[in-house]
Amino acid sequence: MDPLFLARIQFASTTIFHYLFVPMSIGLALTIAIMQTIYHRTGDEKYKKMTKFWGTMFLINFAVGVVTGILQEFQFGMNWSTYSRFVGDVFGPSLAIEGLLAFFMESTFIGLWVFGWDRLPKRVHLLSIWLVLFGTVLSAFWILTANSFMHHPVGFEYFEGRAQMNDFLALLTNPQLWVQFPHVLFSAFATGAFFVAGISAWKILKKQQLDMFKKSFQISIIIATVSTVVVLFVGHQQAVHLLTTQPMKMAAAEALWEDSADPAPFTVVAKINPYEKTTTNEIQIPYMLSVLSFNKFSGQVEGMNTIQKHYEEKYGPGNYIPPVRTVFWSFRTMVFAGTIMLLLGVYGWFVSRRNKLEQNPLFMKVMVYAIALPFIGNTVGWIMTEMGRQPWVVFGVMKTEDAVSPNVTAGQVLFSLISFSTLYAILAGVAVYLYVRTIKQGAFQEKTVEVDVDAVDPSGREDDYIWN
Amino acid sequence: MELSELWFLLIAFMFTLFFVLEGFDFGVGTVAKYLGRDDYEKRVYLNSIGPFWDANEVWLISAGAAMFAAFPHWYATLFSGFYIAFVFMLLALILRGVAFEFRGKVDHPVWKQVWDWAIFIGSVVPPFLWGVALTNFMTGVPIDQHKEMIGGFLQLLHPFALLGGVMFTLLCIVHGLQFITLRTEGELQERARVASSRFAPAVLLALLAFAAAGLWKTDIFTSHGTGWIALPLLAWGTLLLSTILNKKKRNRLSFLMTTITIIALTASVFIGLFPRVMISTLGAANDLTVYNASSGDYSLKVMSYISLTLIPFVLAYQGWSYYVFRERLKGKDQLEY
Ligand code: HDD
Ligand code: HEM
Ligand code: HEM
Repeated sequence: MDPLFLARIQFASTTIFHYLFVPMSIGLALTIAIMQTIYHRTGDEKYKKMTKFWGTMFLINFAVGVVTGILQEFQFGMNWSTYSRFVGDVFGPSLAIEGLLAFFMESTFIGLWVFGWDRLPKRVHLLSIWLVLFGTVLSAFWILTANSFMHHPVGFEYFEGRAQMNDFLALLTNPQLWVQFPHVLFSAFATGAFFVAGISAWKILKKQQLDMFKKSFQISIIIATVSTVVVLFVGHQQAVHLLTTQPMKMAAAEALWEDSADPAPFTVVAKINPYEKTTTNEIQIPYMLSVLSFNKFSGQVEGMNTIQKHYEEKYGPGNYIPPVRTVFWSFRTMVFAGTIMLLLGVYGWFVSRRNKLEQNPLFMKVMVYAIALPFIGNTVGWIMTEMGRQPWVVFGVMKTEDAVSPNVTAGQVLFSLISFSTLYAILAGVAVYLYVRTIKQGAFQEKTVEVDVDAVDPSGREDDYIWN
Repeated sequence: MELSELWFLLIAFMFTLFFVLEGFDFGVGTVAKYLGRDDYEKRVYLNSIGPFWDANEVWLISAGAAMFAAFPHWYATLFSGFYIAFVFMLLALILRGVAFEFRGKVDHPVWKQVWDWAIFIGSVVPPFLWGVALTNFMTGVPIDQHKEMIGGFLQLLHPFALLGGVMFTLLCIVHGLQFITLRTEGELQERARVASSRFAPAVLLALLAFAAAGLWKTDIFTSHGTGWIALPLLAWGTLLLSTILNKKKRNRLSFLMTTITIIALTASVFIGLFPRVMISTLGAANDLTVYNASSGDYSLKVMSYISLTLIPFVLAYQGWSYYVFRERLKGKDQLEY
């Protein structure tokens, strides 16, 4: 087998796996920080219980996020050494700053938060969870700085066959970053919020601890709705931006082979044949693509064949068309997920404000399934972004096929791919088992068995259940 | 000093802190399963590193990322060349990280046993592999004229490297046991102290053999003059002192001594390497050095400003977290994990 192919599969699968946990960590951190702040303000024990219950879930999730992240960090050197040599100068600093600025903050303050309930002054303890959140946000910012460079390389010059940084500020002001970062950040907030809302809905359906879970639902549905609105709004900005920097990606996302009509219609679904370069059986919304692309009811969008010709002139012979079907369907799935999320969010907010949650069992059930939506959106979003950039690893600068480690054999990658996948599958299974268990137990269910009677705190402290 | 030299220093600093801090985490993780007689005792041992281990591990992540940024060739050659070794290390670190979190979540003996094993394996494999890696830094590895390392995993496992691996694992165990004596009291503390003196002869011997082999087979301890032999001697001497102090129940001093041992050992390797970052066995012309493996000056300058600003803050709040959790674990009130 081809080591390049295997390295791609490994990178894709480990990143997607990492990114199942990442947005949930960011989103839950926000939700918990808000809950604990309310507790701090009101002194109402209900909010403390809430903080701790969702905190347990957060910690399980965070642990998997951390360990899968370590692998990501080293994978560049292991599998993509040519890439690392070539762009380390520009790409590495963001990662280094991420470590020093964000990871230390997250990991230190999460230790303080978990073990510090009775050891830190209340304010400082509250500050810890906010700093954890701040750390995760910074981490997202810096990794996206690196990632944006791959989509829209700026701030560098060629020197002795390598890319060298010559303008750090340009990296930080990369327009790609400033659409990507809010989109990713708010989709992460939405992910955490939909999770909390969905689980709360399930508990409400079961009529368990109604008081607490109704409040949880109320808080989270607000976060969910507001975040989704931002995600959709920024998503649109991204599409507009893409047309100027990576028109091929957008054309592929629309399965547009030839230049569009003016005004351009938006294709909702279609049958794509990438071998014959045709798109048939389209269902279209007139004007919509022009609106999406240019914010007005006219304007022509270039098709892949035209762009392919430009690129051949600019970059030499080669195939510059990404896997059209994947990009097309990923984009549609994302937009669809976002639309449903918005509708559910608005309706849910409305229902919870009128305190009619229990009277809407069907909606509550839908909310449980809706937990999946942001996860789907996140995954297909990345697939679209990354696959849509192919064949480039750094757009216009380096191709993916040239980025791989020359000295790592197919056998070695196969070995690592199999080992990581197996371990990840186990982790996923255990994490889900633990979520379900924690959810079933609910908040503050007395533990039935204690290992050791002595081990029960004499003060009857309730916090113990988190780390029991 | 050139910026690339400064960055060599910073990366050496980060690795040294990683070995010192995560060194005792590895040690504690390795022994907890054996020292703790029941679940509760194991939990107390693991709690001694509970609030700290994750932040300690970030020193490795940052060191790796700093290598990527400041010496892309070093990062690329090392991580692709030691591919399989890193796969094993990552598997171990992944397993260990989740095990700390998962272990306490279900009260069932089999569940606990599984994660105790995971913690043990996850804690014993990385220091072994780091020992192997450090030894291979000293002896050099086959690097061709394109800066690519050739050859497989097994060739990294020559006898000297295995000795390095065993030595470093033992060193972490003793270091971890010393850490436990600082964080616990009574019977639990005493058990760690006794275990530490049991391990002492083996680790003293291993370190001696390692230093001797290093002196005989590599130029690391002498590349800047024979005076630098003082460093491995210091490492061995402090280790010996630690053994004596441990017997005398001078826990703090004894922990300080193993800390110095690790610092001296790591420093001696990095100093001996300098100005090389990786030695090629295929001729000195292929060596990676701080000059031919580094990033451009602009990038190094930007990073220097940022890192030198951030590192003091990191050290300050990380230090503060050790201060917050300075109290010994009494047992009764420490149920986490
Ligand atoms: C949008 C956000 C985002 C994205 C795109 C990525 N990560 Fe991530 N990463 C995080 C956001 C994050 C986080 C929220 O900060 C995590 C997840 C859970 C956690 O504990 O921290 C994290 C953890 C995490 C860790 C462990 C940190 C620790 O020990 O505390 C490392 C080393 C990385 N990541 C590295 C990467 C790399 C090299 C990526 C690119 C391929 C990557 N992450 C994608
Ligand atoms: C109407 C709705 C949406 C639109 C128009 C939209 C638009 C886009 C576009 C154009 C990209 C590609 C950016 C690039 O390649 O540079 C993208 C990426 C992405 N989307 Fe969306 N999106 C929408 C909804 C969502 C939702 C609901 C989620 C998840 C909750 C989501 C998560 C992501 C993620 C994680 C990425 C990859 C990172 C990035 O490039 O920003 N999106 N989106
Ligand atoms: C912000 C961090 C990043 C995220 C979240 C991310 C996400 C993704 C995702 C979801 C895929 C899957 C696409 C597919 O199904 O193939 C992917 C593919 C890939 N990514 Fe990224 N990526 C990131 C950064 C990088 C970096 C830094 C590299 C540099 C080497 C990279 C190289 C690749 C490669 C080579 C593939 C495989 C492409 C393919 O199979 O078509 N990505 N990435």
